[in-house]
Amino acid sequence: MWKYILKRIVALIPVIIGVTLIVYFIMSLAPGDPAVTILGDQATPEAIEQLREEMGLNDPIIVQYVRYMFNLCRGDMGTSYKTKKAVSVEIFSRFPATAKLSIVAVIFSTIMAIPLGIVAAIKQNSFFDGFSMIVALLGISMPIFWFGVLLQLLFSLKLGWLPSTGNDYWYSIVLPATALGFHNVASVARITRSSMLEVIRQDYIRTARAKGVSYGTVIKKHALRNALIPVITVLGIQIGSLLAGSTLSETVFAWPGMGRFMIASISGRDIPSVLGCIILFTLCFSVCNLAVDLAYGFIDPRIKSQYK
Amino acid sequence: MAKNNTNVNGEAVVKKQNQWVEAWKRLTKNWSAMAGLAILVIIILAAIFADVLYDYDNVVIKQNISARLQAPSAEHWFGTDEVGRDVFARIVHGARISLAIGLSANVVSLTIGGILGACAGFYGGKLDMIIMRIMDVFLAIPGTLLAICIMAALGSSVTNVVIAMAVSGCPGYARIVRSAVMPVRDMEYVEAARAIGCTNKRIIFAHVIPNSLAPIIVQATMHVASVILTIAGLSFLGLGISPPTPEWGSMLSAGRAYIRGNSYLTMFPGLAIMITILALNLLGDGLRDALDPRLR
Repeated sequence: MWKYILKRIVALIPVIIGVTLIVYFIMSLAPGDPAVTILGDQATPEAIEQLREEMGLNDPIIVQYVRYMFNLCRGDMGTSYKTKKAVSVEIFSRFPATAKLSIVAVIFSTIMAIPLGIVAAIKQNSFFDGFSMIVALLGISMPIFWFGVLLQLLFSLKLGWLPSTGNDYWYSIVLPATALGFHNVASVARITRSSMLEVIRQDYIRTARAKGVSYGTVIKKHALRNALIPVITVLGIQIGSLLAGSTLSETVFAWPGMGRFMIASISGRDIPSVLGCIILFTLCFSVCNLAVDLAYGFIDPRIKSQYK
Repeated sequence: MAKNNTNVNGEAVVKKQNQWVEAWKRLTKNWSAMAGLAILVIIILAAIFADVLYDYDNVVIKQNISARLQAPSAEHWFGTDEVGRDVFARIVHGARISLAIGLSANVVSLTIGGILGACAGFYGGKLDMIIMRIMDVFLAIPGTLLAICIMAALGSSVTNVVIAMAVSGCPGYARIVRSAVMPVRDMEYVEAARAIGCTNKRIIFAHVIPNSLAPIIVQATMHVASVILTIAGLSFLGLGISPPTPEWGSMLSAGRAYIRGNSYLTMFPGLAIMITILALNLLGDGLRDALDPRLR
């Protein structure tokens, strides 16, 4: 098992190098001179040239990338053009808020979606099945930012139950996490339903029932565990959309997270901050995918045996 | 579905119908897919005839401050926005922009991703490994984040949105086409084509791709939906298409400032996005059921 984890972590290194390379090169296409952004339009050509030399901007792009990677390995993501603070400090001060929002959204979507999918499968072709799948389809089709605005309109402006923006109270997270998680409820409920439908038709389920095991126990102990593999896969894939979606939810609800910081940095042409945010988001995505792969082993002993 | 005929000796032979005809028949029996198709046809017609319905310069773009923030009425079905433009007219023209970008980005990513995936799946070996490892790196970046990154670098414009969406869609297509091509590659008719001296290019384009189309069509339908959703998201964040171009996401973003008294400014563009995505998802689900060989 540990050997497998180590192998996967080692395999992650070229992916991370590739990802940073792509993101760095794309961001280097951004128009404008960083030295002018820092010094302002009134700066003399000599001052601009001196700063370009100091920042290494006159070096070939590949040299700049290698230097960036060396610094990144030491935890240095550069200095923000806008705030003049270290990008790592800026990002990591906001990272807990984004992590909290994403984790609560995942918990919300899992708690909602898995029971919804199970009941829809057990009561296939019933009213509940049809209703839950329509809700799921609406959830997939509804943009996160629009659903967020609708939640704000109803629960903050009309009813006044929850704050519409910010992170001042413990319950401030309810609306942004619901807006972010609802999109995932739909996909996870749909995959849980189809996976459960496939499993409950298997012979071993019929055998368990024939032996006299109660229906609830069969569903809980025999069917659900076998149906969870595709569900976990979808949950893993959803993490990517969740990270990207957090930028939308954070923007709608003025949530002080990394996503909102990234969007503000884009409008301020603060390239090191944008680069740092995208690289950290992608790293989180890769680590979550690795965690999902490892989770298979805990659910299915057959997969765990392959790890050895 | 099969047709019974008799041969010259009077023996019954089973004549198989074209797989696309069979799939179409299955699709027509699926009411939700047909509802999705009907909604989509209406939206496409609205997009095509948008200029006939509403003049772009005078109704969609031109400001009319005296008519600003009017609630929905018989004259203005969806009301007017903060500078007096008809919201319904802007939504109709918005359909043209969303569908045009959605389709063109899809065509570009399908062409590039499809060729890469087909080559990887058909030739296998080192070429497959190199192409797929590069695609894996791109897949490690969530699609929307990659699009945000490209838009941040290139700036907001329609062309840049198409480039961003096309690039972020390529790896997904490469993977789908590769997995669709791999089983077809070893089929007997491909072997027969090779035996009669067909070139690899001809085998790929004339035999392999047409026989791997089913999963690609399903993916393409679903992908148009996700592209439209992402474009709206980018415009909402101020990175996609800028005002005054009537894009649904930017209309919704502009309407947020007036949410207290004029919530219809956010309602209608959001509904337009949702209905379009819903129609594409319904059609995509139906196509998957109709084209999936396991369900035949």
